[in-house]
Amino acid sequence: MHESPRLDATLAALVDPTRRAILARLAKGEATINELAAPFPISQPAISRHIRVLEEAGLIQRRVDGTRRPCRLTPGALDELDSFLEMLRKGMERSYERLDQLLARMPPGRKDKP
Amino acid sequence: MSKLTLQREGDTGVVITRRFAATPADVFRAHTEPALLQQWCLGPDGWTMPVCICDARPGGTMRYEWRNEAGAGFHLTGEFVEVLAPHRIVHVERMHLPDPTPDNRVETTFTADGNGTLMVMRMALPDQATREAMLATGMADGMEVGYARLDRRWSK
Repeated sequence: MHESPRLDATLAALVDPTRRAILARLAKGEATINELAAPFPISQPAISRHIRVLEEAGLIQRRVDGTRRPCRLTPGALDELDSFLEMLRKGMERSYERLDQLLARMPPGRKDKP
Repeated sequence: MSKLTLQREGDTGVVITRRFAATPADVFRAHTEPALLQQWCLGPDGWTMPVCICDARPGGTMRYEWRNEAGAGFHLTGEFVEVLAPHRIVHVERMHLPDPTPDNRVETTFTADGNGTLMVMRMALPDQATREAMLATGMADGMEVGYARLDRRWSK
């Protein structure tokens, strides 16, 4: 939550379901653009554009391996998002649990008019 | 009392519902009185809300500042549009992380429901991308990323 420009770029990159699917695939290991494109009914240039967005957001990296340029997840790239996600995901339900307890402690007698 | 539900509505909306075992009047107070908000609206354990301004009347402003034990923090600002105690609040809010997130228009209703209150919170995000980004932040739909993280952990 300290580096918000990075978080903004992360969120913008994650808006697209194809990009989220690409990240999920890369979580299993390195893959080339051809391999990444295979499951999707969209063109390879379109996949390349998604890869570029993910790369610019710092979420993935490409390395040179002979003629191949495989992509992989950037280690730690999602850490900042993780702490923010944790906050939102757990936060809302935890807040309402706390509100349940607070409401149970509130003195009786303030009833709504029918 | 009951689990939170969260669903998409239309192209840019999100609807959250939750039931409480209290009257709409009490639930309304808990959402509008700073001294009460500071006791529950804290997110995960370990966070506090040292600043809570909540001027719940049309045109009134809100400012919530959160801090955690590690000293991290962020805040939310907003303006009230409609306030009809104890049943309806409309406000516009944004998070500052510290850059402001796009404005989120929130309509919250508290309706008597048996012995309790049904809260329905309708959020109108400015566009579909913002809505999806919000949902992608794991509130409902960021599961691919969640799975990716699990996979990553397992693969270590």
